[in-house]
Amino acid sequence: MRAAHFCTACGRVQPPVPVDYFTFFGLPRKLNVDITHLERDFYELSRKLHPDLYARADRREQEWSLEQSSLLNDAYRTLKDPIKRTEYLLRLEGVELEEQSKTATEKARASGEVKKQVVPPDLLEEVFELNMQLEELHANKKLGEHDPDLVKELEGHKAELEKKFGALLQELKGYWDEWDRTVDRGGEEDRRKVRDKMVDLLNRRSYIRNLVRDVNEVLES
Amino acid sequence: MATDRIVGIDLGTTNSLVAFMQGESPVVIPGEDGLNLVPSVVALDEHEQIIVGNAARKYLIETPERAVYSIKRLMGRGVEDIQEELKLFPFHLAEDLQAGEVIRIRLGEKTFTPPEISAFVLRQLKRNAERFFGAPITKAVITVPAYFNDAQRQATKDAGRIAGLEVLRLVNEPTAASLAYGLDKKQNGLLAVYDLGGGTFDISILKLHDGIFEVVATNGDTHLGGDDIDNLLITIALDDIRGDLGVDVSRNGEVVATIRKAVIEVKTALSSQPAAKLDIELPGSKRYQREITREQFEQLIQPIIDRTVGPCKQAMKDASLKPEQIDEVVLVGGSTRIPKVRALVKEMFRREPHIDLNPDEVVALGAAVQANILSGGSEATENMLLLDVTPLSLGIEVAGGVTDKIILRNSTIPASATQHYTTQIDGQANVAIHVLQGERELATDCRSLARFDLKGIPPMAAGMPRIEVKFLIDANGILHVSAREQRSGKEAEIEVQPSYGLTDGQVEGMILESFDNAEEDFRRRQVIEARNEAETILAALDKGKKSPAWGQLTSDEKKRIAKLEKALNQVKSEDDYQAIRKAIDALNQSTMRLAELMMNSAVSTALKGKTMEQADMGEGPTAPHPVGKAEFE
Repeated sequence: MRAAHFCTACGRVQPPVPVDYFTFFGLPRKLNVDITHLERDFYELSRKLHPDLYARADRREQEWSLEQSSLLNDAYRTLKDPIKRTEYLLRLEGVELEEQSKTATEKARASGEVKKQVVPPDLLEEVFELNMQLEELHANKKLGEHDPDLVKELEGHKAELEKKFGALLQELKGYWDEWDRTVDRGGEEDRRKVRDKMVDLLNRRSYIRNLVRDVNEVLES
Repeated sequence: MATDRIVGIDLGTTNSLVAFMQGESPVVIPGEDGLNLVPSVVALDEHEQIIVGNAARKYLIETPERAVYSIKRLMGRGVEDIQEELKLFPFHLAEDLQAGEVIRIRLGEKTFTPPEISAFVLRQLKRNAERFFGAPITKAVITVPAYFNDAQRQATKDAGRIAGLEVLRLVNEPTAASLAYGLDKKQNGLLAVYDLGGGTFDISILKLHDGIFEVVATNGDTHLGGDDIDNLLITIALDDIRGDLGVDVSRNGEVVATIRKAVIEVKTALSSQPAAKLDIELPGSKRYQREITREQFEQLIQPIIDRTVGPCKQAMKDASLKPEQIDEVVLVGGSTRIPKVRALVKEMFRREPHIDLNPDEVVALGAAVQANILSGGSEATENMLLLDVTPLSLGIEVAGGVTDKIILRNSTIPASATQHYTTQIDGQANVAIHVLQGERELATDCRSLARFDLKGIPPMAAGMPRIEVKFLIDANGILHVSAREQRSGKEAEIEVQPSYGLTDGQVEGMILESFDNAEEDFRRRQVIEARNEAETILAALDKGKKSPAWGQLTSDEKKRIAKLEKALNQVKSEDDYQAIRKAIDALNQSTMRLAELMMNSAVSTALKGKTMEQADMGEGPTAPHPVGKAEFE
């Protein structure tokens, strides 16, 4: 059931009810979402809730429309993106995702802390080698030297990482199916298992993303 | 309905326009001089009267210290970020400007903030619209560059308020243009709008879907436009003059203004000619002449127009699109008349760009469409809805001077984000929040929007309070902030210190100063204009009486005309403009047949081999006659 955003009799905006994004669109908390359907609903709701439609309305309705349409836009933006959608659902499920964003890294750097980054086990060896190369290239650049072989190797690593990064989305989609099945019929234990798998995948994903960014920074510097 | 009329305004760097929706299509409202474009030039004459538009242009050359142009470049900016501008533009800052104060510009004996100067332009457009409708106009949609930040948008809104206009919506210029284009096309697909104006550049990519205009990405440069080309040519001319003639005229405001006028003419000419000549008279009976070919010109401007490529690529990247996926490209802004700019766009998007609508007017026309949508819509705008985005990410400063982005650029607006704060020491009653806009990681590299002080937090142990702050960007792209301490449920008080901009109180003061007498002014202007019109029609009638057509009227008709003529003569000396207009309309009606007869005789005279002028039909009996006027022109 979709929340009652507007009056079904007169079509006017109603005061917003605090609901999560899935409920806002009348969707179950499942991860496979029909994007075409979502877009259609987004357009349909925009035509009912957007502030342009309430330019001549009283202040109260204008405020409701502003709040409702910002909620609509926030919800649509989150749900249409596969990663944002997964992260959002995990947060709803009480998971505190490890922040491995650039912001967090910068924050840690600025405050002098050593940021705790769990290296995904399957990447350990590769990351070790990559970091050595990065440092070498960095040192080379400082001395004004140019080592084309090293650059080539790094670029190869980068391509490898990007391939891995892309493959993660496919893997994630497999977990979505698992998750959606537990919503229909599944115990607490099943849910916890697939939830942990997704958290692990998202951490690996942001780890790889940061690595690629670091490589780019060195290559472009 | 009349009091609810909403106009659409394009407040441009170089020119401004006002438009409205006439039936099914938007039209530009001309000024008293009959011209659609009102130059965004403001001057203060020797009687301390504000002069706007074409009439103000001569002050730019004669008394440059009393005039200002391109004020849009200074909207919502601080003294420290206009240093480049000051080198290139003859802005005269007030001498007593304090650090952190809103910029004030000197015009003769007085000083004004950029929003006030923009308000003078807006007031002129408002008057033009009021003259056109014969009724006060109080509501408007105003366009802004898509890449304008919060402060620049707020300054534009302030300008509207100062001018006595309720700004119902700020619309992004490229988006407005897409509305004007979409009106008759009504098709689905992806549209790119390339908008290179006098001072700003925007690129917007939109998805059109059954009347919904959804912006998917936007980018730009709020300091890139035709002005930059003019400044480049001026610099070259000044260098030449110094080198060839051995005189430095760069400090002579009058001469620089003359050179500026000349290079703009050359620039414009080069859009249609292979070469154009600069010919400038200098003091001491010297003369500077130089021919510029289009090829040279194109080489010179290449670095400037190349600066539009980066934003276009970024917007495509943000939209996850490749050039070949774009269905249509639309050009907006006077600078897109330059053939080299068109070639660049064609190359970038691999297709011929559209130029069906006048690039100077299309933004104002789109603003009128949006105004129509806001006023409830019409058949033409039925089902049309604009979903725009915020051009810049919104962030807050966190520990270490880092920006934490909470609303990303290209998010559909309205958009919101919620953040939680707590205190660091026991009993702390205030929390300071620094809001930023921009894409960079460090707070110092982003645009400071405002500092908020959350006040009145109930005394609790450190880390106990849980303050929820909601950031909301409205449909105008302007930020609103509200806060609540969740444990006590108390609304936290927010004190806003805009980093660049006027406070509410300052804006209020400016409105009062200039608009104490707004209604009275309007009435008086209407009376004068109605009287002028009455004189015109009476003079035309006198002429009509001497024409052979007069004899063809029945005595009843003549009697009726005489009666209404007398009535108009009576009311025209009174102060009731509505009564005068009524009398004008009545007399107009009664002379309709006379006008037709005069027309016929004029045509038959012409057929006998005389020219229209020789037929001496003058301006016709009634200049404002709808039927007659169209025929006579």
